[in-house]
Amino acid sequence: MLSPRERKLIAEIWERLTPVAEDIGSDALLRMFVTFPGTKTYFAHLDISPRSAHLLSHGKKIVLAIAEGAKDISQLTVTLAPLQTLHAYQLRIDPTNFKLFSHCVLVSLACHMREDFTPAAHAAIDKYLSAFAAVLAEKYR
Amino acid sequence: MVEWTDFERATIQDIFSKIDYDTVGPASLARCLVVYPWCQRYFGNFGNLYNAAAISANPMVAKHGTTILHGLDRAVKNMDDIKNTYAELSVLHSEKLHVDPDNFKLLTDCLTIVVAGQMGKAFTGEVQAAFQKFLAVVVSSLGMQYH
Repeated sequence: MLSPRERKLIAEIWERLTPVAEDIGSDALLRMFVTFPGTKTYFAHLDISPRSAHLLSHGKKIVLAIAEGAKDISQLTVTLAPLQTLHAYQLRIDPTNFKLFSHCVLVSLACHMREDFTPAAHAAIDKYLSAFAAVLAEKYR
Repeated sequence: MVEWTDFERATIQDIFSKIDYDTVGPASLARCLVVYPWCQRYFGNFGNLYNAAAISANPMVAKHGTTILHGLDRAVKNMDDIKNTYAELSVLHSEKLHVDPDNFKLLTDCLTIVVAGQMGKAFTGEVQAAFQKFLAVVVSSLGMQYH
């Protein structure tokens, strides 16, 4: 459950992160690949070495989608409709991995925002990412 | 028995030698109680846990956070036998405190994030992996005596 204040906080934070989407996204992905090696299986067709073009562009794509959703969380199902289809029918990433990635996003944010990543911000964003992941997996079955 | 690489051993010793237990411990427990409020069920006698500010300022939370982090010391000093190191604590958490072992992971996730915030860029993917592997062993050992 997200309060109006939390929704505002989430929108603000992700708006500020949009210019560094590539850095945050690729950092989070890389952390995930190192900490949870099983996640690499979904990227066998790409070059996911540090600072690779694939890693940077992919990381950017993901963070921009998260930022877009943050602008109006009540409309997540509408905003994510195309991505829902993509993940359900083409990518078919097991949804447990969304949790692993979300955790790594939080770690990346902690490293990037330092003290600004307060417990309240952490709680709000964790809730948002859980909601985001749930909507993303809606068309799976 | 868990196999540790030289890098993993060095990383764990390094992190725990550098962090301020009186800051990281309280911050981690407070964060856990804010981000996962259902964990507050185990702290009914801790007084005011009404909101994030109250939790972060609560002296009982701070004291307990430091206690927990010092508890991790035992594993840091006995990395080759964490399971037996925590046998007694596991029984305590199961038989006396009745803590759902799933909560251990929630706390260690918060600890990871607090340490990440402190270390910034130095908390690389490799360091994170080593730290999380260590904490996973701790969590597993703490859950081992539950039946």
